[in-house]
Amino acid sequence: MADQITLQVARYRPEEEAEPTFQEYDVPCPKDWVVLDGLNYVKDRLDGTLSYRWSCRMGICGSCGMTVNGEPKLTCATFLSDYAPGPVRVEPLRNFPVIRDLVVEIGDFMRKLSTVKPWIIRKDHKPLSDGEYLQTPQEMEEYQQFSMCINCMLCYAACPIYGLDQEFIGPAAIALAQRYNLDSRDEGARERLEVLSQHEGIWGCTFVGECTEVCPKDVDPAGAIQRYKLTAALDSLQAFLVPWSAR
Amino acid sequence: MIPSHDVLLVGGGGAGLRAAIAIAETNPRLSIAVVSKVYPMRSHTVSAEGGAAGVIAPDDSLDEHAHDTISGGDWLSDQDAVEAFIKEAPQELLQLEHWGCPWSREPDGRIAVRPFGGMKKRRTWFAADKTGFHMLHTLFQTTLQYTSVVRYDEWFVTRLLVDDGRVQGVVAIELMSGKVETITARAVILCTGGCGRVFPFTTNASIKNGDGMALAFRAGAPLKDMEFVQYHPTGLPFTGILITEAARAEGGYLINKDGYRYLQDYNLGKPEPKPVFRSMELGPRDRLSQAFVQEVAKGRTIDTPYGHVVNLDLRHLGEKVIDTKLPFVRELCLKYQNIDPVKDLIPVRPVVHYMMGGVHTDIDGATPLAGLYAAGEVACVSINGANRLGSNSLPELLVFGARAGRAAAEYAAGEVRISPAALAQARDEARQLANEFLHRSGGRERLSTLREEMQTTMEESAGIYRSGDSLARGADRLRELQERFGEVRIEDQSRTFNTERVAALELSFMLDVAEAIVNSALRREESRGAHQRTDFPARDDQRFLAHSLIYRTPDASCRVEYLPVTLTRWPPGERVYGR
Repeated sequence: MADQITLQVARYRPEEEAEPTFQEYDVPCPKDWVVLDGLNYVKDRLDGTLSYRWSCRMGICGSCGMTVNGEPKLTCATFLSDYAPGPVRVEPLRNFPVIRDLVVEIGDFMRKLSTVKPWIIRKDHKPLSDGEYLQTPQEMEEYQQFSMCINCMLCYAACPIYGLDQEFIGPAAIALAQRYNLDSRDEGARERLEVLSQHEGIWGCTFVGECTEVCPKDVDPAGAIQRYKLTAALDSLQAFLVPWSAR
Repeated sequence: MIPSHDVLLVGGGGAGLRAAIAIAETNPRLSIAVVSKVYPMRSHTVSAEGGAAGVIAPDDSLDEHAHDTISGGDWLSDQDAVEAFIKEAPQELLQLEHWGCPWSREPDGRIAVRPFGGMKKRRTWFAADKTGFHMLHTLFQTTLQYTSVVRYDEWFVTRLLVDDGRVQGVVAIELMSGKVETITARAVILCTGGCGRVFPFTTNASIKNGDGMALAFRAGAPLKDMEFVQYHPTGLPFTGILITEAARAEGGYLINKDGYRYLQDYNLGKPEPKPVFRSMELGPRDRLSQAFVQEVAKGRTIDTPYGHVVNLDLRHLGEKVIDTKLPFVRELCLKYQNIDPVKDLIPVRPVVHYMMGGVHTDIDGATPLAGLYAAGEVACVSINGANRLGSNSLPELLVFGARAGRAAAEYAAGEVRISPAALAQARDEARQLANEFLHRSGGRERLSTLREEMQTTMEESAGIYRSGDSLARGADRLRELQERFGEVRIEDQSRTFNTERVAALELSFMLDVAEAIVNSALRREESRGAHQRTDFPARDDQRFLAHSLIYRTPDASCRVEYLPVTLTRWPPGERVYGR
C-alpha cells in the first residue's frame, strides 16, 4: 500500500520526559509529498504538540534538517515515497543538544561562525564612488562553491569529529572561512588563519568526508578543509624558514 | 533587569540587517537589538531568486527606471519616493558588492545585469538565481563584526508597547525557554516581511504571517494600500515554489495547452524568438497573472490535480544557459517536480507572492506613530504602487532599510524615556499570554481548520479578480472566523519551544491582516494594477488616485481613509506594453 506510510517520530519534552521516546503516526504518502509534508500533516491533523522547525520548503532557508532513517536530510527535499513501504524514522539532527522533539540547539555553531570572521577584511576600503571591485568569472569560481552553504547543519550532524569533540570548529564554518579567503576582494586570510590553525580548527579533521557526502548544496566542506590544511602547512613552513616574511 | 536597547528591530531579514548596519555606522554608541522569530539567515529574503534592480548600464538612466516603476505600479507610487529609491538603489547594491556579495559578472569583471519583467533596460543585478540567498548571507555575515548588534534569535514578538503616543518597546516570547520578556527600546523598526500565508497558494515561507503589519495595526498605526496583492505568474503547482521571472528574462516562453504563446492575445505585444523589453513574457506580473485567468476561462489551460496550469518552456535555451544563469530553477524542478527544464516543459500557475501594501511610512521609514519605523515588504512607502516590478523589492529593502535605520538612530539618540504605563502594558500582555495559551484546556476549534478556512476565504473573495459581492462575503466570513478564533484549541501546554502557541499567535495576526486586505479592497471601487474589480473594471483617477489607509477602530473593526498620491514629473497615463 503506497497511500499511507508510518512515521516514527522522536518525541522529547523536557518538562515531561526524562529521555526521548518514539511516537507513530500514519500519514498519506502521495508521490510528491516530502517528509516535511508528513510532519505538517501530523501537526495540523493528528497531534498539535509536535515541534520542529521549517520555513521555505524549497531547500534554501536551511531550517528543516533532521535525521531520516539514520541519515541527516533536509526534510523538505526528501520524498516520503522513497522510503515506501516504511516506516520512516524521523529524529533530530545528531551531535546537537535536543531542545524538544525535533528541534536542536545550534548556538554553538552560531558562536563559531563569528570566530572565523566571515566578512570582507581589507586594509583600505575604496569609496563607493570608485565603483565595484572587479572580479572575473574565473576569480569568482575560486570561492563560489563555498558561498553556497545554507547553514543547515547536516555536515555537523554527520561529522564524527564534531560528535566526539565539540571544540572542533566544524565543516561549515571552515568552508565559510575559505569562502572569504579565496575571494579576490579579501585580504583577511592571515587573521582567519590564527583561528583556524589551532588544534580545534582545521587540524581536528581527519578527512572522513562525511560532511561533503551529506551536503545538500554540494559545498564540499571536506575539500575546503584539505585545501586549507595545505595553505596552513605551507604558511607555517614559510614562517619557520623566513620569519620576516610574515605579512 | 529589563533588557533595554536604543533601537530594536523586529525581524532579521534583508531590511532588518541593512537597518542594523546603518544604525551601527551612524552612531556606534547605540545599542541595537535584532529580535527575530527565526535565525536571521533563515529569513525569507533567502528565497528571492531573480535579482535586484539598479541603474548602472551606460545606456540606462534613472528616469527610465523611474518611469518603468511608476507605470508598472499603475501610477499609485509616490513619485518622490520612487526618485529617491532609484537614485540610491545602485549605491546600495554597490555597497553590498563591497561587503562581498557574489554578484554575477561580465567576463571583464564588471557587474553583469539582466533584463526583467516590466523593465525597459537591462538593470537587474543578480547572483545567478539565488540573489536573495547571497544578499541575506552577505548582510548577516557582515553584521557579525558589529559588537553593538545584540541578537535575540528565535524570539517571537507579540506586542508593541505604546504609551504617550510613542512606541517604547516590545513583549516577546523566547521560544527555547517559553519565557515572556519585556524588551524596551527608544525606537522600534518593523522588518518582518510580507503576509503571503494569508492565502492558500503562495511562494511565501511558512513564517510569512504579516506579524509586523498586525503589530502596527493593533498599536494604532495605519496600513496602506492593503488591497494590492501580487500574484506571480509562475509558481510550481502543489508546492507554490517560485520559478523566477529571470527564466523568462533569459528567454523562456509561456505557452497554453496548444503550445501557443497566449500572451499575444492580451495586449502585451507580438511573440518574438528573443525576449523583448516590456513585452510578452516580460510584461508586468499583474497583467500576466490576469491573462492566465482569461486563458482558464477560454478552456485553453491544462487541468491537473492541483488546478489549471500553463507551461513555461525553457528547452530552447539549452543546458549551458540554464546551468549558468538559472541553476536553481533546474535544481528546484528536478528536486520538487521531478522534471528537467532542459528537456521538459515546466507546469506553472499564478501564485500569491508579494504584498504591495503594508505599514504606512514616509520616505524615511517613519510611521505616524512616534518611535515606530518599518522597512521592506512589511512597509508601504510606496514605491510599488498597485503592482511591483520584479527585482525592485531587493533594492527596496536595502534603500529603505538603511533610511529607516538612519532615521531611527537619530530619533533614538534624543532624550526618550520609558513610561510606567508602558511597563504595565507589558505585564498585562504577559499575563494574557499565559492565560490564553498555557493555562487553559478545551476549545472547540482546530487551529489548522481556521487557518485553512481563512485562506480559502481570501482566495475566493480577494483573488486575482474580485467584486463587491465576493469581498463583502469575505469580510463577513472573516468576522466569523475572528469569533471562532476565541474558541481555538491549544493542545500543547509546554513552555519549551511551543510551536503551536506561536502558530495560534500567527493566525491571530493573519486574521487581522486578512480583514485589512478585504476591507481595503471592498472600498476601492476601481481596477488598478493588481486590484481588479469585475464590477468596476476601469481605473478611476478622479476618485482613487490615492492610497488607502486602514485603521483599526476601538471596537476592533476598521476605518478607511485616503491620501493623495504624490506626483512629481510623471502625470498618470496609459500603461503600454508590447508596443
